Amino acid sequence: MTAASRAPQDARRGTDRAARLRAALDTKAAPYAFIAPFFLLFGVFGLFPLLYTAWVSLHDWSLIGGNEGFIGLENYRVLLGDAKFWNALLNTLGIFAIAVVPQLLAALLLADGLNRIVRGRGLFQIALIIPYVTSIAAMAIVFSTLFGTEYGMVNQVLGVFGIDPVNWRGGRLSSWAAIAVMVDWRWTGYNTLIYLAAMQAVPKDLYEAAALDGASALRRFWRITVPMMRPTILFTVIISTIGQMQLFTEPAVFDTGGAMAGGTQGQYQTVMMLVFQEAFRYGDYGYGSAVSWVLFLVIVVLGLINVLLTGRIKGAS
Amino acid sequence: MTVTADRPAQAPAGRPRRPAGRGRRLRRLRERAPLTYAGLLLTVLLSLFPLWWMLVIATRTTDAVARFPPVLLPGGEFAANTGRLFGNAGAHFTLGLWNSFVASATVSLSVVLFCSLAGFALAKLRFPGRNGFTVAVVVTMAVPVQVGIIPLLVLMQWLGWRGELQAVIVPFLVSGFGVFMMRQYAAQGVPDELLEAARIDGCSTLRTFWSVVLPVLRPAMVVLGLLTFMQTWNEFIWAVAVLTPDNPTVQFSINQLNESAYARDFSLMFTGAAYATLPLLILFAVFGRRLVGRIMEGAVKA
Repeated sequence: MTAASRAPQDARRGTDRAARLRAALDTKAAPYAFIAPFFLLFGVFGLFPLLYTAWVSLHDWSLIGGNEGFIGLENYRVLLGDAKFWNALLNTLGIFAIAVVPQLLAALLLADGLNRIVRGRGLFQIALIIPYVTSIAAMAIVFSTLFGTEYGMVNQVLGVFGIDPVNWRGGRLSSWAAIAVMVDWRWTGYNTLIYLAAMQAVPKDLYEAAALDGASALRRFWRITVPMMRPTILFTVIISTIGQMQLFTEPAVFDTGGAMAGGTQGQYQTVMMLVFQEAFRYGDYGYGSAVSWVLFLVIVVLGLINVLLTGRIKGAS
Repeated sequence: MTVTADRPAQAPAGRPRRPAGRGRRLRRLRERAPLTYAGLLLTVLLSLFPLWWMLVIATRTTDAVARFPPVLLPGGEFAANTGRLFGNAGAHFTLGLWNSFVASATVSLSVVLFCSLAGFALAKLRFPGRNGFTVAVVVTMAVPVQVGIIPLLVLMQWLGWRGELQAVIVPFLVSGFGVFMMRQYAAQGVPDELLEAARIDGCSTLRTFWSVVLPVLRPAMVVLGLLTFMQTWNEFIWAVAVLTPDNPTVQFSINQLNESAYARDFSLMFTGAAYATLPLLILFAVFGRRLVGRIMEGAVKA
């Protein structure tokens, strides 16, 4: 710092009231100036659209006609009776369930494995995180091809075991499974690293005490490792919930038609795909906003359930 | 498992090392290693296979996709495929690649700068309302921003930005996660004595930030920049909503190839996918170790 050598003289000159005033102003104002860009930009492009979604959802609002008047909760009334909405919600929750449960269990097991080994751990960590740093749309294209009905490699491999080709896009469960595989491929390694870090922070004397008491390795894993990692597991569950409820890219690319319909029967149309379809394909902003806002509430409710459930398990044990 | 009492009972907090006992370590290796290594190797193979296969098809002609047994080694068509990709009239791939670079780089620089400023202020400066602002930042992290895309699009229409590159840049110039991450890092990493010394030397707060704080924050800034670059590069729903096919991002562009109605050209799609993935893999090769380290500290949100 070049200022360092000059400063003591400045201080001794003390009478310079302008400088002191400037310093006081700096101390008072600088913090607000530093946080202002974040709060301003987030307010305009993050918070405002979110709140404005609620406002738009109370209107008959379309791409072509613009705002055509306040209609109260009409969009929500339509939504509650709309089979397409319930279908999309079911798909989103279904893909979430069959993706996240195996993903987090696999991550726990992998983290436990990494925690046991010494040699090559760093290399494994790097290899496992690579899917996380790939392009989502690009990999969705690759997986969509792997899950092709006639030419797809997954079906070819299944054929080797005498299993008939699966029409992955055709059925509800099969399309969910294909999308869940894409999601898990990307996120398992990421969660593994988070779990590994949490495992390494569990005090080792707990294990020794348990081992002295004769607890088996499996028992120690479930009775010590998992409970000690509860905050971390909750963190990953909440992050996964928020992410998965907004699932869009994988199913949208899987659906090569580009209509955001999620298959012929909408068997894998997620809520975000429905929002996109209603708002940007059909131009119905008002209804699309109602769907968005309900999705937001679903995310909040699921988050609260996560926290409450974890709290209760904690209270019980 | 064996019982060992040959080392001190308490383990160091934070980032403990492996147990010191060498005999125990060897025995554990012998007991556990083969199965553990096999499981991990299998997972790594599954993790890398789709990427490998992407490269294989990108270097071959389209019929390689459907062959059985599957083609598993690269061929010699990469240059030809690349030529077709960049020459494809419908995809605007070159422009898409350029747009994605500009958007990702701009957003990364902005996020790193603004989040460092705010994170430092919230961690180290004392001012009325600091706690409230910090809580607000944490709350914004949990806000699913995608939910607001319809009004955001209306906003872009008002601004006349629909179809323009700034539409995928300006809304993402800050991130609540970024502020939180920098706040955590600054709280631990920037010693108060250093700030005090700078203050006594007569540095203004901005000057202190620039010459004293930023150098300390650099490791976290690199990771935040990398993550932001990845995120912006991957942005899909918003790009497809607000941009047009003749001015796309790279993700939008490869999706155009994916959706084109005529005979699906897999080697073309996979070459596009490879080019869309490559920049991220290069960044990872350079900064990957740091990224792994930060994820391990629980400092990285999805």
